Amino acid sequence: MRPLEGIKVVEFAAYAAGPVVGKHLVDHGATVVHIESKVRPDGFRAHYPPYKDNIHGLNRSGLFALCNNDKLDITLNLKKAPKATDLAKRIVAWSDVVIENFSPGTMKRLGLDYEALRKIKPDLIMLSSSNLGQSGPHAHHAGFGSQLSSLAGFTHLTGYPDGPPQILYGPYIDYIAVAYGAVAILAALDYRERTGKGTHIDTAQYETGLQFMAPILLDYKINGKVASRNGNRDPAAAPHGAYPCKGDDSWCVISASSESDWESLCRAMGNPAWTKESRFATLQSRKEHEDELDQKIGAWTTGFTAREITEKLQASGIRAGIVNTMRDIYSDPQLKHRKQWVELEHPEIGKMHYQRPPFFLTRTPSGPERRDPLLGEHNGYFYQELLGLSEKEYQELVAEGVID
Amino acid sequence: MKPRAGFLSPYRILDLTDELGFLCGKVLGDLGADVIKIEKPGGDPARKIGPFFRNQSDPEKSLYWFGFNNNKRGITLNLESARGRELFARLVARADFLIESFIPGYLDRLDLGYAALSRINPRLVHTSITPFGQSGPYSRFRASDIEIMAMSGCMSLTGDPERAPLRITFPQSYQWTASYASVGTLVAHLHRQRTGEGQQVDVSAQACMLWAFSHAHTFWDLNRHLEKRAGSFMTGRSITGAKMRVFWPCKDGYLNFIIYGGEAGRKTNQALVEWMDSKGMAPEFLKKKEWKSFNIAAVTQEEIDRMEEPISRFFQDVAKKEFFEEVIKREMLGYPVASVEEIFQDPQLEFRKFWQSIDHPELGTSILYPGGFAKFSEGPCKIWRRAPLIGEHNEEVYCGELGMKGEEVEKLKQEGAI
Repeated sequence: MRPLEGIKVVEFAAYAAGPVVGKHLVDHGATVVHIESKVRPDGFRAHYPPYKDNIHGLNRSGLFALCNNDKLDITLNLKKAPKATDLAKRIVAWSDVVIENFSPGTMKRLGLDYEALRKIKPDLIMLSSSNLGQSGPHAHHAGFGSQLSSLAGFTHLTGYPDGPPQILYGPYIDYIAVAYGAVAILAALDYRERTGKGTHIDTAQYETGLQFMAPILLDYKINGKVASRNGNRDPAAAPHGAYPCKGDDSWCVISASSESDWESLCRAMGNPAWTKESRFATLQSRKEHEDELDQKIGAWTTGFTAREITEKLQASGIRAGIVNTMRDIYSDPQLKHRKQWVELEHPEIGKMHYQRPPFFLTRTPSGPERRDPLLGEHNGYFYQELLGLSEKEYQELVAEGVID
Repeated sequence: MKPRAGFLSPYRILDLTDELGFLCGKVLGDLGADVIKIEKPGGDPARKIGPFFRNQSDPEKSLYWFGFNNNKRGITLNLESARGRELFARLVARADFLIESFIPGYLDRLDLGYAALSRINPRLVHTSITPFGQSGPYSRFRASDIEIMAMSGCMSLTGDPERAPLRITFPQSYQWTASYASVGTLVAHLHRQRTGEGQQVDVSAQACMLWAFSHAHTFWDLNRHLEKRAGSFMTGRSITGAKMRVFWPCKDGYLNFIIYGGEAGRKTNQALVEWMDSKGMAPEFLKKKEWKSFNIAAVTQEEIDRMEEPISRFFQDVAKKEFFEEVIKREMLGYPVASVEEIFQDPQLEFRKFWQSIDHPELGTSILYPGGFAKFSEGPCKIWRRAPLIGEHNEEVYCGELGMKGEEVEKLKQEGAI
């Protein structure tokens, strides 16, 4: 039995911040229902490439697929109040956990806020994930994680000191909030088991992101130091960077923090004469001449592939690695060893690599097991068999466009 | 000290992590778990990581330590001594969780691996956090942040195409790894609560970082298109391959603004043009643009360049604070590229009482911390205690809980066991 088997989760959620929390739950056995509507499908289906063969289609999105494997997908047009509201409440009454990531205030407008829902499901666990939180002067400001990563300081710390900030791919901060949202739900499930009480959880993606910055926030408050971007440099290591390797746009990374790391690196390079120069003798002097140091190291690495460098240096106990590309991560021997990707067949996408959790429980297997659902694929099954609507009720709701 | 409440208050966690795993115990501690940080006698080497309180390099003044080890008590213990291992076994017998980040095989060599510990405590959830996982070809590889960022693929997506791939200057992969480790830890916990069965959780930092770049790899998977670092530009939004500017120089730094599509994007574009027009800086073609029919997924580079030129000129005279106020007021997408200084000025965080003042009597001051990671209607999520000093709770734990006498503890100190 998988750890979360029997736990029923409903997502009034789209994009990443809500649904990927559900993905982590479904991967460990929960039943997760992703609610969409034909008039308003998940934004990842509707307008986020990639689409298979660059042909737009609601069931062709790689991003939606990545975030929603194993879920049940139903449609419910929430604009069709009051019937849609009633139906939504029946679904919540059936569930254990609700995940929503609408803009704050939306669930209340729909009559589906925590206060309303706990009346029909007193021990409900409900996660509201938003950009800036459910309360406060900016609560209603809608935004994307890709930009919130700037408000939370991440992009200010990415790039060179004399250049612009550099983009962090995708909604970086959303996936930080995902981990915290999942932790919150899991802890709440444990608490409910012991006390019979549910809870509402308000995660601001912004505030979860700032958790990752704690030391530099303290540094500013105490020392007045404003941390800023500094390429690949690190105050406690030299060399510390990415170096060019044999092949097209191919790179390795090397870092040496102790003198013994440096000595091992010199040996691995064959103790060339330049390594004996006094300007490279200590960490401090290497830091002072880091541009020249990087050039020298780079001149050495260009003669080898990134894999050769990595294997050679790691064998000598020196930290080094390959800058894997988005192609390499599918063939990386370590990720392969961990069976990080699960290849499943999708009717419109074809073969797709779904992603396993980044942690393995050694006794309890995890998903993915089933591909992501097509839009509304499980309407009949869910509404009739799981929720218990009669055929007549179901057909009426379909005819009225409540189930669209 | 106030008693701990919080969802996880019944549980005891032993934390033997280095910086790769610090945040795991802290996250669970925010929810009230009793986390005991176990350090080598003399203190954890990570206490040497800066920055430092008033720039005084001192193992009791590391802000890195303060930031990620609050909500933990601290004891010292030498696992490499027989007496230390004996004490450790006694602690494990009473613990619910063990979190560690030793190189795979290290604990086995001390006969303290999961197999041995589960004999002492079959209910134990043992979370092992390493750069690459417990087994496999790279499992013995050494890695710090930059190697994890490289091997996960993150760096291939970050930086200027003409220069080397980049990491984020303040290391991020440790926090990603440890926070996802806390998810795995609680999944195993729920399994234990149902079945009574503990287990080992094997966390890979490389795998955790795969989530940090979202879906970039799916472009390869679906269409054999390789997403790469694009500097300050966003790619992957238009099937024509058009790039959109993300970072715009402004009066006092940079702004994050993107010409988006979709409903929110169209609304933003319209609102920006109105704002520009209010200052007489909106060209006719932008004012006349039919945003309703604007399709980002098919837009060409030429169209994007033409729109970005006047926007760029407009932003040059806008300050970050003004931009932030206007995007809130006008309901536009976009944020300033904030530094830690500006984050502390954000009224939203102040309203939500995000910052929490924690007493540091040993320093004769209190410090403002980022507070709990979420707000719960039931039960608090917050900082309950500052990070421990070296061996601060030795007496409390060894005498108060294991029932040892003061002189025994003293003897263990002399033997180097604690």
